[in-house]
Amino acid sequence: MSVIHFVLLISRQGKVRLTKWYSTYSKKERTKVIRELSGVILTRGPKLCNFVEWRGLKVVYKRYASLYFCMCIDPDGNELEILEIIHHYVEVLDRYFGSVCELDLIYNFHKAYYILDEILISGEFQEPSKRSIVRSVAAQDSLVETAKEQTGSISNILAQAAK
Amino acid sequence: MNPFSSGNRLRDMIRAIRACKTAAEERAVVRKECAAIRAAINENDQGYRHRNLAKLMFIHMLGYPTHFGQMECLKLIASAGFPEKRIGYLGLMLLLDERQEVLMLVTNSLKQDLNHSNQYIVGLALCALGNISSAEMARDLAPDVERLLQFRDPNIRKKAALCSIRIIKKVPDLVENFMYPAASLLKEKHHGVLVTGVQLCTGLCKVSSEALEYFRENCTEGLVKTLRDIANSPYSPEYDVAGITDPFLHIRLLMLLRLLGQGDADASDCMTDILAQVASRTESNKNAGNAILYECVQTIMSIEDNGGLRVLAINILGRFLSNRDNNIRYVGLNMLMKAIVVEAKAVQRHRATILECVKDSDASIQKRALELVYLLVNESNVKPFTKELIEYLEVSDQEFKGDITAKICSLVEKFSPEKIWYIDQMLKVLSEAGNFVKDEVWHALIVVISNASDLHGYTVRALYRAFQASTEQESLVRVAVWCIGEYGDMLVNNVGMLDIEEPITVTESDAVDAIEVAIKHHRSDLTTKAMALIALFKLSSRFPACSERIKDIIFQNKQSLLLELQQRSIEFNCILQKYHNIRSALLERMPILDETTLRGRKDGSLPTAVSTSTIIPCDLPNGVAEPAAAPIGDLLDLSLDDVPPPISSCGDILQDLLAIDLSPASALSGTSHPPKAGTDVLLDLLSIGTLVPAETSPSALDISSSGQDNKAPLANSNGLASLPLLIADSPASSAGMMDLLDAFDPITQKLEENGPAYPSIVAYESRSLRMTFNFSKQPGNPRTTFILATFTNLSPNVYNDFLFQAAVPKFLQLHLDPASSSTLPASGDGSITQNLKVNNTQHGKKSLAMRIRIAYKTNNDDILEEGKINNFPRDL
Repeated sequence: MSVIHFVLLISRQGKVRLTKWYSTYSKKERTKVIRELSGVILTRGPKLCNFVEWRGLKVVYKRYASLYFCMCIDPDGNELEILEIIHHYVEVLDRYFGSVCELDLIYNFHKAYYILDEILISGEFQEPSKRSIVRSVAAQDSLVETAKEQTGSISNILAQAAK
Repeated sequence: MNPFSSGNRLRDMIRAIRACKTAAEERAVVRKECAAIRAAINENDQGYRHRNLAKLMFIHMLGYPTHFGQMECLKLIASAGFPEKRIGYLGLMLLLDERQEVLMLVTNSLKQDLNHSNQYIVGLALCALGNISSAEMARDLAPDVERLLQFRDPNIRKKAALCSIRIIKKVPDLVENFMYPAASLLKEKHHGVLVTGVQLCTGLCKVSSEALEYFRENCTEGLVKTLRDIANSPYSPEYDVAGITDPFLHIRLLMLLRLLGQGDADASDCMTDILAQVASRTESNKNAGNAILYECVQTIMSIEDNGGLRVLAINILGRFLSNRDNNIRYVGLNMLMKAIVVEAKAVQRHRATILECVKDSDASIQKRALELVYLLVNESNVKPFTKELIEYLEVSDQEFKGDITAKICSLVEKFSPEKIWYIDQMLKVLSEAGNFVKDEVWHALIVVISNASDLHGYTVRALYRAFQASTEQESLVRVAVWCIGEYGDMLVNNVGMLDIEEPITVTESDAVDAIEVAIKHHRSDLTTKAMALIALFKLSSRFPACSERIKDIIFQNKQSLLLELQQRSIEFNCILQKYHNIRSALLERMPILDETTLRGRKDGSLPTAVSTSTIIPCDLPNGVAEPAAAPIGDLLDLSLDDVPPPISSCGDILQDLLAIDLSPASALSGTSHPPKAGTDVLLDLLSIGTLVPAETSPSALDISSSGQDNKAPLANSNGLASLPLLIADSPASSAGMMDLLDAFDPITQKLEENGPAYPSIVAYESRSLRMTFNFSKQPGNPRTTFILATFTNLSPNVYNDFLFQAAVPKFLQLHLDPASSSTLPASGDGSITQNLKVNNTQHGKKSLAMRIRIAYKTNNDDILEEGKINNFPRDL
């Protein structure tokens, strides 16, 4: 079992698509971490192993299409399992968006966060069932939709009343 | 409607930002958006608050400052609707961290939401609390979270479990509250709850030994059963990963079992069967299976020993090493590093494979493998390993060379079976990667060379050859230059030819050429050049025929912009021109450098007391000995009767000359180091011992107490000559050195034969310690008294790190030899003896007096005893 210190999604061009910090890092440190790691990870060859030793910790990364998914763990953590967790996340994203691509994650970045929050809390693993994750996110989405419709209709009523 | 906030939708903003071609354009777009959002915030516009926050989050990810949006998160969280809360909590987690004080303001909202009737809102609050709560919030909200561990919906229970982990990490004294609810989560069937429950128990075990005991007592069997069920469970599509049911749960169960089994034979026993089953029956063709095997191996290696299981585990790692997947090889190496501690033999079997991994094209694997190799090497296999590593050094990447070089040097030094092999390997490393070799490593090499007197000729010739082949490696150049300077005559005359050597013809002028190359090479730095200069100076006496040419080269440096070189050049030149008579004595070969000191320093086991002496500055009657030159002469033991060593700050150049690092030495001298002269430290390094100057101030002690090792430097000052002479007791002393010593050895011997002419005294006695002095004198030298101090332990405890120090008034000179031991057995069951020598310049007028200080360790306490001795017999 490995506690995850942070999760990063970085595009091949080095753009940050998602950052989630479970351990305490100041704003300055966060910027530095991102810069350092993108430097290391983006330049690694395709056939090399998916682990980078970095500042006494380990970063497990995996590239999916144009995106690098990175998770940082303690040096004695189970790197292979982190690869499974990354894959788990990717599969849920895929189910949720329907063959997900980088653009989905750009325009719906908040959705990517919501899904991640159903998989990890405090850097610990939350749910092995992909179906249950998607169901939970969808249920919350529909709550939002219902609320929007309601406010929509209320403001319509108000607008008509004002006429 | 507000004209600023109406703006565009989130999607439009993202599109606008993505359309930017330059960073400046992007900044402009962001600035405009931020201005609009700030305006909306000031207007307290509610309608678009969540859209604005979403925009801010995107801007935040791009790295722009967004602190002005923090309060918006709190407002959204405090609003009633789910959509606002959802985005508000997301913003809170993204824009804030636990150290921001704003966070405290959210505690109340969190408390309300934890008790909300909508379970999704409860979920949001738990998630936020779990991700960013501070210790204060954790303490305030712990009861609510604890209650939620029993909530009807499993999705809330699992979130509450993870949130609890954060709470107990932040506030460990809450452990007790969570122990029992956590244990009941282990009985759940819902995988999400079960897996988080296992993690909560693991977290509790890590924080509290009480919890660990509790779970070990009450849950081990249940967990073993759960693992068995899950391992044997039929295909279940919901949790299936590559044919395995819920590998995440597998791994987390194995992790918790590891904690429970560690250090407890019964618990370990209880899980043996299931571990064996997992280790032998898990499919290893997919990553998920290997992840489980990896975790299982780790558990097997950590719990109490069960021979069969460990062999199984090591074999799994062996299979990992031959896997084609880099990731698997990497974790295999990683795990073997831990396994080597418990099962060294089994790991040795895989050394060929491991050595192959050092040559992998993947830097992560290389690094792991190299570290593992380092642990695998021992006396019996150092030769083949070193051979492989050096061969690889030649082809390895530049970035990796530093690592490999450091490791090879360390291994060669640690395990070398014989000196010639060590020298050979080091020469290979220096020629191949000399620029990566650390200073202390080539310093150590010089010490070893100096000590291998039968290999001097061989070494200098080998270095000369290597130097001819390439001058690109700085540390090779330095070592070569030093050796040619010292042993140049052996190079030219082929002295000490070994059978394995090919004959080589080097003329005197060839040797000088080599040094000239070094001094003129553009890459040589100050140290190298200074070493070359000194080497030339030395050669001037070895090769009289070349002395004119050497003089020219030395003289060329008098215009050097580097002060060190300029000064040295002028001084050497002066000696060469005016002082022919002393030159050969001055440029004697260096005395053998002390290996024990070097080794002791390396191990850090050198006793804390260091020889300390003060050297009184003196007018230099003949003007020869300027600061740096004098100590050199001094080191070489030249007999310039009228030149006592002056205080000098010649540290740097001498240090380089002697190839020994000064700084560790000074760091070691924990005792007070009065006016620090470069020389005294150097003398210490050279194990020549300490000089006692003509006048000693009371504070200037001469304590050469190198403690345990008998080979430690033995110093003796000679009362007859005004310049102290040196006595070294190193058995390997070179002939040249011994000549000087011969005269005095008999004296030391005679001392033993002389019976005490004066009554012994109890010089010091306390409740715990007694010190007696026996006196003797040498016939014909009434001024000098030899004292044999005997220490007896009067307490029932052993004393360790025993150290005796003494101080005398100005008219006395004191010299201490090393003590016979640093350990004083308890209850008078043995004693420590130490020889002192006191020279009384006021003999006949004043009698001896002494202040003493005795330090030792007993029962781990540092004890310090001090006293004054006034009861010396008269006429001493």
